[in-house]
Amino acid sequence: MSNGSSNSSSNNVPDLQAIVDRVVATAVKGEQIEAYVSRGGETAVRVYEGEVEHFVSAQSEGIGIRVIKDGRTGFAYAGTLDADAIAEVLADARDNVAFGTPDEYAGLAEPDGVAQIPQKFWDDELAAYATADKISLTKELEKLTLGMDSRVRVEESNYDDGWGEVAVATTTGIRESGRGNSCYVSVSTLADDGDETQTGFSFSVGDSPKEFNLPKAAREAAERATRLLGAVKPPSKRTTVVLDPYVTSQFLGVLSSTLNGENVSKGRSFFADKLGETVADPRITLVDDPTNPLAYTATDIDGEGLAARRNVLIENGVLKMFVQSSYSARRTGTKSTGNATRGGFGGTPGVGCLAMQLQPGTQSQEELIKGVDDGVWIQMVQGLHSGVNPISGDFSTGASGMMIRNGAVAEPVREFTIASTLQRMLLDIVAIGGDIDWLPSRAVGLTLVIRDVTMSGQ
Amino acid sequence: MSISTSENLVEADVIAKVLAKGRSTGAEFSEIYIEDKRSTSAGLDDGKVEQVTSGRDRGAGIRVVAGETTGFAHTSDLSERGLLAAAEAAAAAARQGDGGVHKIALQPLLRHPVNTVRISPSDVPKASKVALLERANAAARSIDGAIVQVSAGYGDSYKRILVANSDGVFSADDQVRTLFRVSVVASGDAGMQTGYDSLGHTIGFEVFDENDVEEMAIRAAKQAIVKLQARPAPSGSLPVVIKQGSGGVLFHEACGHGLEADLVGKGASVYRGKMGELVASPLVTLIDDGTMSGEWGAIGIDDEGHPSQRNVLIENGILTDYMWDFLRARKENRRQSGNGRRQSYADLPMVRMTNTFVTNGTENPDDIVRATEHGVYVAKLGGGSVDTASGDFVFGMVEAYLIENGEITEPLRESNLIGNGPQVLKDIDLLGNDFAMGNPGMCGKDGQGVPVGDGQPTLRVKAMTIGGTAA
Repeated sequence: MSNGSSNSSSNNVPDLQAIVDRVVATAVKGEQIEAYVSRGGETAVRVYEGEVEHFVSAQSEGIGIRVIKDGRTGFAYAGTLDADAIAEVLADARDNVAFGTPDEYAGLAEPDGVAQIPQKFWDDELAAYATADKISLTKELEKLTLGMDSRVRVEESNYDDGWGEVAVATTTGIRESGRGNSCYVSVSTLADDGDETQTGFSFSVGDSPKEFNLPKAAREAAERATRLLGAVKPPSKRTTVVLDPYVTSQFLGVLSSTLNGENVSKGRSFFADKLGETVADPRITLVDDPTNPLAYTATDIDGEGLAARRNVLIENGVLKMFVQSSYSARRTGTKSTGNATRGGFGGTPGVGCLAMQLQPGTQSQEELIKGVDDGVWIQMVQGLHSGVNPISGDFSTGASGMMIRNGAVAEPVREFTIASTLQRMLLDIVAIGGDIDWLPSRAVGLTLVIRDVTMSGQ
Repeated sequence: MSISTSENLVEADVIAKVLAKGRSTGAEFSEIYIEDKRSTSAGLDDGKVEQVTSGRDRGAGIRVVAGETTGFAHTSDLSERGLLAAAEAAAAAARQGDGGVHKIALQPLLRHPVNTVRISPSDVPKASKVALLERANAAARSIDGAIVQVSAGYGDSYKRILVANSDGVFSADDQVRTLFRVSVVASGDAGMQTGYDSLGHTIGFEVFDENDVEEMAIRAAKQAIVKLQARPAPSGSLPVVIKQGSGGVLFHEACGHGLEADLVGKGASVYRGKMGELVASPLVTLIDDGTMSGEWGAIGIDDEGHPSQRNVLIENGILTDYMWDFLRARKENRRQSGNGRRQSYADLPMVRMTNTFVTNGTENPDDIVRATEHGVYVAKLGGGSVDTASGDFVFGMVEAYLIENGEITEPLRESNLIGNGPQVLKDIDLLGNDFAMGNPGMCGKDGQGVPVGDGQPTLRVKAMTIGGTAA
C-alpha cells in the first residue's frame, strides 16, 4: 500500500501480533530475534476513454525474520504467512547468521521510553467505499480533465487505495502492531498541437475519497501539459530557478541521504564534519516530522518499532543533527532518533528521513515569481536518479518550465538542464514560499527560489 | 542444468478449472501466471558482510479480459481454493454480460529455453558467495589510500514461472539470474567522488569463472580516483562520443520506450504513425532480442507465455516495428512479439524491452575520437528516463572526459545529458565496429521493474546538450 509506514498501536492487530510473538519466543540463549509481518490489500482502477481499462484487486502478506548472534546478522523472508513457510524462514535466517562479519554495533532496537503520539491512520469511510463509486470517480476525473482544454487527451486516470496491517516483536522488548489505509487519484495528460505533444500529470490525496479535489487535479494536469506547447530550447546561462512545490519535494528527497546518520558514519555524506556549521541560507529550517498528521507519510512508530518523533535537522541554516536508527546510533555513540525505515517484510531496517518539511515562508508562488527579474520557473525535472550524486553533491537534471522576465511568466522552455551542487544550492536559496502542498511523498512541497544555477540549453 | 524442471507448480487440471472460472462472468479471455522464486543476496559495507538474505516469493496472478476491460487479482495461496477465489475476484472485476460454462483446452506444455546454466547458484555454498564480496572489498581498497568506502552486493535468483490462458497457451520457464555490483567512494581535496561497476547474467555461478570481481572492484575504484581530479562538465551543446557497451541506455530512452506498442496505441509516443519512415540515421539498426543467451534481459518465454524472439525495430534508420504484448497485439490484430513482461505475479503484464541494442557500424573506435575536434567522451553512462510523448530524454554520465583536438583529455564531473529522441537518432553520424553489451539494467515503467540488457558499438552523436556548470 502507498502509505506503508502507517501504524497505530490504538488499532492493534492481534492475529499478526500472535505470529511475531511466537517466532520471538523461539529464541535461544545468546540469540536476538526480530519478526516483522505485514498483510495488506490494494484496489487499482484505471480508466481510459470512458471505460475501465483495468481493475486490480489484490491481497498480499509476508514475514521477515532477523536473527543476531555474536554480532553476526542473518535475515530471511517469505511472501506468505503459511506456518511451514514461517518455520523455513526462521531456519534460513538462523543459517545465514554464520556468514555475517561480527559487528560490535549489530543489534535490535530497545524500548527507549519515548512516547508515541497517537494519530488516526484508519478511515472507516474509505474501508467501506463501494467499488462502483471508485470507478465512477475515476471516470469523473477523466471527464473533468478532458473538459479543461480541447487540446488535452487523457493517457490514464487512476484511483488507488490500499490498506495494511503490520506487527513487529523483538527479544529486546519491542512489541507493536497497527493498521492504516490510504487512497489517491492521479491523472496523466497529453496535449497536442500539430506534430507536437507535451505531457502533464496531477493527483489528489485524502484520508477518504470525499477529501479529493478532482477539479483541482484536472486543472493542474491540463495546465501542466498545455503550458508547455510551443516550448523552445533556451540559451545556456546562469540564472535563478523557481522550483514548483512538486520539484522542491523531489529536491528535498535527494537531500535526505546526506542527513542519514549511517551514511555520515560510513563517509558517504558531505555533511559528515559540518555539525554546528552554517550549511544553508539562514532562512532554512528543515525538520523531519512524521508526527505531523498532515504529512502523507505520518507515522507513530519507525521501522524498528520505536516512537516516531519531530527532529530539527537544519535550524536557521545551521546543521543541528543527523537522523539515526538504533544501529547507526550505536555506531556514532548517539541515540536513535526514531528514523529506522523499512520497505516491507522483505528487507531489514535502514535509516532515513520519514517526513521532511521546510519551514514555510509567507509569499505565494505568484509573489515569488514577481520578485524574480530574470529566471526560469521549473515545472518538472527529469533524471534525478541519473544526474544527482548525493555523495559528491553534483546536481544536474533535465527540466522543463517557463521563462521569467521582469517578474512575469514568459515563454515555455524544455529540453534543457539545470545544474549546480547540492552544497551550493542550499546556500543559494533566496526565498521560500508559503504555499505548502502535502504531496504523496516523504517530503512536503512548496515553492523554492534558488539563485546562480546553470541552465544548459542551446 | 542441475535444477529440476519437471515439477509443475500447479496441476494442469486445476489450471483449466481456474481459467474456466475466470471466464464465468462472460469474459472472453482468462490467464494465470504462477511464479515461485527463491533468491539469495549478500551485502558488504564498511568492511563487513552485513548479512545474507534468503527470500521466497510465490503466488499467482489471474487476469481476465472482457472487451476493453482487464480484471486482475493475485494471491500467494496456490491451493485450488485460493486460486479459484482469485479467479472469481478477477472475473468479477471484469464483469461483462452473462457468463456460461467454459471448457479450457490447454496445449501441451511449451518450453523454449534460451539460457544454459552450468552451476546452479543453489548448489553453491553461501560461504563462496560471501567470499566474492570480501575479495572485491580488498581489491578496491588496495588500489589507493584515497578509497574511503566500499560496498559490494551479490544476488542470485531462481524463478520458475508457468503461464496458461483460455486460448490454450501453456508455457513454462526457469529463469536463473546472477548479479554482482561494487561501489566505491574516494576522498580528495575537492570532496568525494564515486565509482561503480556491475555485472548480471541469466546464467549461474559460472559467471564468476569468466568475470573477476577483483577486476570489477579495481575498475570502480579507478573510476572514483580519476573523478577526484574531474573538472565541472561543460554546459551547452557539443559532440558526444559514447564508448562501446556503455551507452545502450541512450537507445533504451531515446526510442526503446517510444516503440512500446501500448504507449504508441495511446498516442503517447513521438514514434506513433512513423512506421516505414526514416526515424534515425541510416547507420542505425536497432534490435530487441529476448533470445540472447546469457544476457540480462534474456527470457525463454515472456510473462504471457509467448516464446521470446528477436525483433528488428529500426533497420538502416527506417522504423520497421514496435514491440507488442497480448492486449495490444489483439487490438491491432497482429502477432505478439515476446515483449509482454511483468515484475512479479502481483503485477499486470505490459510491453517491455528485453535486450535492446544497436548493431555494428564500420568505423574504428579510435578514429571516431580522432575525428572529434572538441567534445565529450562518455566512458560510462548511468541511468536515464524519457517522456515518450515529447521524446525528451535524459541520461547520466558517470565517467566522462573532454575530447580536445581529437584526444581524450581531462575527466569531467557527473551530469545529465539531455536530448530529444528523434533528433538524437538522426544526429548519430559515426558508428563503430566494436559492439559490446553493457551493464545489467533494471527498467522501471508504471511502477514495475524488470531486468533488461542493452548494447552498442562506440558511436558519435554530433550534438547533445551537456548538463554541466562550466561555460
